[in-house]
Order: sequence, then C-alpha cells, then structure tokens
Amino acid sequence: MAKSTFHYVTYIRTTPERLWSALTDDTEFMQQYWFGVRCESEWRAGSSWKMVHPDGSVSDAGEIVAAERWKRLVIRWWHQRNPELSGEGESVCTMELESVGPAVRLSITHSMEREPSKLIGAVSGGWPKILSNLKSLLESGAVVLDDIGRK
Amino acid sequence: MNDADLLFKALADPSRRKMLDLLHAHDGRTLSDLCEHLEMTRQGVTQHLDVLEAANLVATVRRGREKLHFLNPVPLQEIYERWIAKFEKPRLKALADLKRKLEKPDG
Repeated sequence: MAKSTFHYVTYIRTTPERLWSALTDDTEFMQQYWFGVRCESEWRAGSSWKMVHPDGSVSDAGEIVAAERWKRLVIRWWHQRNPELSGEGESVCTMELESVGPAVRLSITHSMEREPSKLIGAVSGGWPKILSNLKSLLESGAVVLDDIGRK
Repeated sequence: MNDADLLFKALADPSRRKMLDLLHAHDGRTLSDLCEHLEMTRQGVTQHLDVLEAANLVATVRRGREKLHFLNPVPLQEIYERWIAKFEKPRLKALADLKRKLEKPDG
C-alpha cells in the first residue's frame, strides 16, 4: 500500500536523558515548546496516549507501541478533532534519540498507510516549529516562538 | 564550519536546490529515483547529497537495501525564526488584541 511519510531530524546539545524527559513525562516543559499542548501517557508499551490542549480538549489519542527509555518511542497516533483527518485512521509516529558527540540526534518519522494523507500534510507543518522550539529551549532556556507558531 | 555555514553552503548550489525541490515535490526518494530527474552522474548526485546531509537538509532512512532521502526543513525553520518570525509577533499580537476587544460582551 502507498505510504505518506515525513522524516525530520534535529541535533540538540543536550543529553538523551534530558531529551527523553522533555518528550515524555516533563509535561510542564513540554507545554513551553509545544504551544501549550501536553501529551499524557504512562510512556510504557501498551499504555494509552493523548494530546491535551490548554482548554482541556483532546485532539489526538492512541497508544504507545514501543518505549525504549532514552532511545526510541513509537506512538500509534489517531487524530480525533477534524473529521477529514480523523477519517484517515491511524498514523504511526516514531521518535529516535541517538548520542552524537556533544549532541543528541532526534529524528521524528510520522507515517500513514495512504497517499496522499491530509493528516501527514497537517502535522508536517507543525513539527519543524515544535522541534525548533524544543532545540532552543533545551540549549538556551528560551523558546523562539510562543503564540505565533500555532496555526 | 558551523551549522549555519554548512547550511548556506549547501543552499548556494543550484543543483542542490533542485534536489530539495524534487524532494519537496515527492519525499522519500531513492538515489536512482533522484538520478532520473537530474542531468549528472550518479557519483555527482551522491556528492551533492552528502553536502545536503551534512547540513541536515536531507535526512535518510534505510528500508531494506534501499536508502530513502527526505527533505528536512528543521534548519530552515531555525533560519526563519532567527530573522523573520520576530517581526510577525507584534502584528499577531495586535490582531489578537483587536479580536479580544471586539468580542468583549460590553463592547
């Protein structure tokens, strides 16, 4: 079957432990670089996962497929809000962390088993902003974009 | 060379920009697929891809024996935020203020 995928990479001068925490259980930190969004989960294979907005609404939900601490996180990701996107069904988002010298290489691969995919189109615009914010927050302690990154 | 130097060096070449255009139109291409659309040797394409990868503008994923190439816009986002994004902020704030004012129940 055809597949829609994007694959983004950023190098962040931090440790895999710190980055892992920023991507998972440190929701307060997450809200700073993810435009107020926090992801809630127990971050273990099989546990549920959801994306919660500042108003308490949930836009995306799913399940943790794999969680290797400090290394790899795979999320079964189903958009819930916009019918055009939710009708496409589940997507898979894989985050991989790898130490490279003084930095950590973070790659995000998000794909769906259909071509084209509106969901993949929608999230592909958001990820660079989130990743860029995450990088500057971890490296300098400040985000570059706050309110304006939201569509 | 620092990250920004690598980035601008990679973008300075028209062939490399064409490769990014090709990936932008259709992501996840193999080397052979890219070669079909470019008038240069396979070795030439590989060398250009190495420069793009060093600048983190192209990221690769292995799928079996194939290597797929993806456009990675994250460094471009950083450039955008460095020089452009800050100018948008006051304008967006003005719009948000206007909206709040107009939507206030007592006008």
